[in-house]
Amino acid sequence: MHKTISEKILSKHAGRELKAGDIAVVDVDVVMSQDGTGPLAVSQIKKMGFNKVKNPSKSIFFIDHAAPSPRSELSNSHIVLREFASQTGAVVSDVGEGVCHQILVESYTCPGDIVIGGDSHTCTSGALGAFATGMGSTDIAVGYALAKTWLMVPRTIRVNFNRRINKGVFAKDLIIYLIGKITSDGATYKALEFGGEVGSRLSMDDRFTISNMTVEAGSKTGIFPSDDITKEYLKSQRRQDCFKEISADKGAKYEKIIDIDCSVIEPMVCQPHTVDNALAVSSLEKIMVNQVFIGTCTNGRFSDLKIAADILKGKKVASGVRLIVVPASKDIYLEALKEGVLETLINSGAVVQSPGCGPCVGVHQGILGDGEVCLSTQNRNFKGRMGNPNSFIYLSSPATAALSAVKGYIADPREVLG
Amino acid sequence: MLKNKKDQKIIIGSSFKFGDDISTDQIAPGRLFHLRSNLPELAKHVLEDADPGFAKKVKPGDFVVGGRNFGLGSSREHAPLVMKIAGVGAVLAKSFARIFFRNSINVGLPVLICDTDKIDSRDILEIDLKKGIINNKTKNLKLKFNPLPGVMIKILNDSGLASHIAKNKGFNL
Ligand code: SF4
Repeated sequence: MHKTISEKILSKHAGRELKAGDIAVVDVDVVMSQDGTGPLAVSQIKKMGFNKVKNPSKSIFFIDHAAPSPRSELSNSHIVLREFASQTGAVVSDVGEGVCHQILVESYTCPGDIVIGGDSHTCTSGALGAFATGMGSTDIAVGYALAKTWLMVPRTIRVNFNRRINKGVFAKDLIIYLIGKITSDGATYKALEFGGEVGSRLSMDDRFTISNMTVEAGSKTGIFPSDDITKEYLKSQRRQDCFKEISADKGAKYEKIIDIDCSVIEPMVCQPHTVDNALAVSSLEKIMVNQVFIGTCTNGRFSDLKIAADILKGKKVASGVRLIVVPASKDIYLEALKEGVLETLINSGAVVQSPGCGPCVGVHQGILGDGEVCLSTQNRNFKGRMGNPNSFIYLSSPATAALSAVKGYIADPREVLG
Repeated sequence: MLKNKKDQKIIIGSSFKFGDDISTDQIAPGRLFHLRSNLPELAKHVLEDADPGFAKKVKPGDFVVGGRNFGLGSSREHAPLVMKIAGVGAVLAKSFARIFFRNSINVGLPVLICDTDKIDSRDILEIDLKKGIINNKTKNLKLKFNPLPGVMIKILNDSGLASHIAKNKGFNL
């Protein structure tokens, strides 16, 4: 049988041949949750009568959503996670280490793995050629306890990014464009698999951004084949040992193939309050911003901070605008520090905060006021997402965000990059 | 309200209608992150960002009725959990986001896919979970819903995934 990447990985982990539509119990390689979903997972593990985790070194609890903690209730939840981990030998990735999905790709996920996470953006790890998907706390509790889960093998939509990318256009714009096209439920229950002449040349950072946002089209996972670019990345993380080549078979059965001509894609934004409410920046009326946020598991990587710094160098953030920058991990923070990127950003007027989720989920570090507008590089702009249902969130690439911080309104980065 | 309490096949209640794309951020907002360790308190805010008065209006057994892609967004199981704690008897929608759907089954909250254009707010519905029929008594109209996959029925019958695993000492799907 000619298989998609998902069919290959799931068959391997079920110990039998599977095809799209089959339901199977499979072994999982990496299990994780974060401080919002971990405490419930811990109580469910206990409720099921377990006091161990099956595979401690690949069972991770991330403290990233409210880190450092802004309230005592959350500090107490953090204690629950630390205590459970110390009893079971599971790993804690504590305050300041960074966002779960970034740490997973830096240190845990290998090509061919099944990764399940108590966080919807677990699909980020798919960029490394893994089958990675988000689940709720009870499913994750079972994963911790048994290193198994049940899954339906998804049908796959193959997306080929073709031709070339224009200057000022980034991976974020490609994925926003795609979601605008197929809508927020266009890939529900499906796997997205990426390729094409542009797709296969994208850097790992670009692939992470794209896989990260696949859940915004409803998908179960978003996978890139693993190749030389994957190998180089793993090498840079001193993890080359875990490289294997994973790609779909020629003749694999896809539900649909979507060919995208990247040369027609312009810098994009998602308008409030859904991600599929996508529009080219050039077609947008003048939208004034109160806050600009560059960071998150979508776009808080070194290359993102670097492009923002290149645009902000020697310039000042517009008066009345707050620019918040949050590196996605400690390693990224250190690299940006060493390369002078943070200095440039701070000199331009940015506030740099500790690695983690930052203001993305409305817990702390940049909650919006009534009627305020934020342009963010995150993946979601739902009503209330940044802590206030009476505010408005637009999403864009870091380049668009950086220039908009200077201008005070949402601006097309081709003005400076074109 | 449950008729036929013994096998809990028929549920009756009043509907609360919502639109398309109701996200988990609207059901269990991130700004109330700190209440996740206090679910009864969090349940007092259920669906607050979609309908601020909902938690006060909903009665045990009432139904939440959405449009397309209900429950999109985060993986927080707290979303279906607080709906259940608030007394919601079932959620009906044209389609559901994947993780929300799975989480609902795991916590034992019935989620039914049907044509919700035929239901308005405050319609009285009588739902036969086993037969897959929704009787809209207000409109005197019958609707069908798609049966759940077999594995999910097994999990629901065991009152959720945690009890399924505890009872079988692992998966028995
Ligand atoms: S950065 Fe935002 S989207 Fe990513 S894991 Fe954190 S809260 Fe979720």
